[in-house]
Amino acid sequence: MFWASYLLAVLAIVLAWPVPVLLSRAQWPARSPFTAMILWQAIALAGGLSMIGAMLVYGLEPIGDNLIAGLRALAGMVLYNAPTTALGFWHIFALSAAALLTAHLVFTLLLTYYKIERQRRRHRELLSLLASPSAEGTGTLVISHNSPVAYCLPGGARSVTVLSDGLMAALEPAELRAVLIHENAHLSQRHHLLLWAFAAWRQALPWLPTTRLAQESVNSLIEMLADDVALKTESKATLIKAIAIVASGSAGNSGGADLRPEASSLALSGLDAAAGTSGADSARTTASRVSRLLSPRPELPAPIRSLVVAGSVLLLALPTALLVVPGLLG
Amino acid sequence: MASLGELERAVMDLLWAGQEAATANTLRDRLAQTSAGQDGAAGHEGKELAVTTVLTVLSRLEKKGLVERERGTRPHRYQAVSSREDHTAELMHEVLGSAPDREAVLARFIGSVSEGEAETLRKLLGHL
Repeated sequence: MFWASYLLAVLAIVLAWPVPVLLSRAQWPARSPFTAMILWQAIALAGGLSMIGAMLVYGLEPIGDNLIAGLRALAGMVLYNAPTTALGFWHIFALSAAALLTAHLVFTLLLTYYKIERQRRRHRELLSLLASPSAEGTGTLVISHNSPVAYCLPGGARSVTVLSDGLMAALEPAELRAVLIHENAHLSQRHHLLLWAFAAWRQALPWLPTTRLAQESVNSLIEMLADDVALKTESKATLIKAIAIVASGSAGNSGGADLRPEASSLALSGLDAAAGTSGADSARTTASRVSRLLSPRPELPAPIRSLVVAGSVLLLALPTALLVVPGLLG
Repeated sequence: MASLGELERAVMDLLWAGQEAATANTLRDRLAQTSAGQDGAAGHEGKELAVTTVLTVLSRLEKKGLVERERGTRPHRYQAVSSREDHTAELMHEVLGSAPDREAVLARFIGSVSEGEAETLRKLLGHL
């Protein structure tokens, strides 16, 4: 049982730092965003599980041969005043840390949910007074504002997609359709649940590299997933133009309409500068989205994708096994 | 008659359009006028909007921080806390701003872009 706590600790450290750093620098997630998303979720879940598990297993080591026996003995001490002499200072320290971390994670998850829901409710209230229904269909609102803005506000049956006057003036019908399909993809694929979980993960452990890298990557991956849905019905050129017009209009001057050139063939130059721009997370997201659309690379081959998914499953199975197997062997 | 949500919207529209504070009675009369103007008197005969309903709507709006009432006078006179434009600006600030939770609250088509990147995209548009 003792070795299990060391292995869990090693796994926790590997998943907290080197693995997320490598994955966030990798090029392949842009080729198969869905597969990459599965891997990020596995890294976060397995990371949290092994962090808590390492401390729990270490702390329970003197009082039980396996997790179940240890927890039972611990319950005896906490609930029925059984003698605690078997536990040393560091064991009690580790058990308390495990309990605190678990509570902290659960609490942060709930608190983040509450905060997000409150902001959304307030936002929806104001929208119901300020925005008017759009001709684009139910669940789409138009707000009078000059800069080109499009966003969706998730909320179950009350989810809405909001467009600004400025956006509708700057985009042609096909481009507007691409924007709407993109936003609706966020809603139908329930990306807000991923955003919530990873926002809470970062909020709970902001000093851990993995939480920041994971949130940035997930933010960027969901945009790619939504772009891919839009590409099923609208052309690549249409989507790129929509992105470029909205992006160039929302940075400072709102003259998106003046920038409209005549449509012609796709130019493949000019993306290196875009991809190299540093700055805010979302700026990098936009740059990587555009460069991904301009010079598309093929999706990862199916065997490699299966391998990544299998690796994700293994990643989750490993800490679970380390927690459970000593009990089965004993 | 219209739902509370629709009434809230109608009352706010009146308050935003009107220059000065109005009593619940005045608001009710104006609401009756606009609804009569919109779809003729036919639909709402005998279902006159009650002042108490308007007061309910006003107190809901007050709780939401959208309406304030002048306490000195009776009956109370109500007015909008800030203009429609200010509220829109507030809303857009929430959307365009960089509050830490924003990315989890709503998903924007395009996140904030730097001036340099916007320039690159403008050049790119020239090529398209």
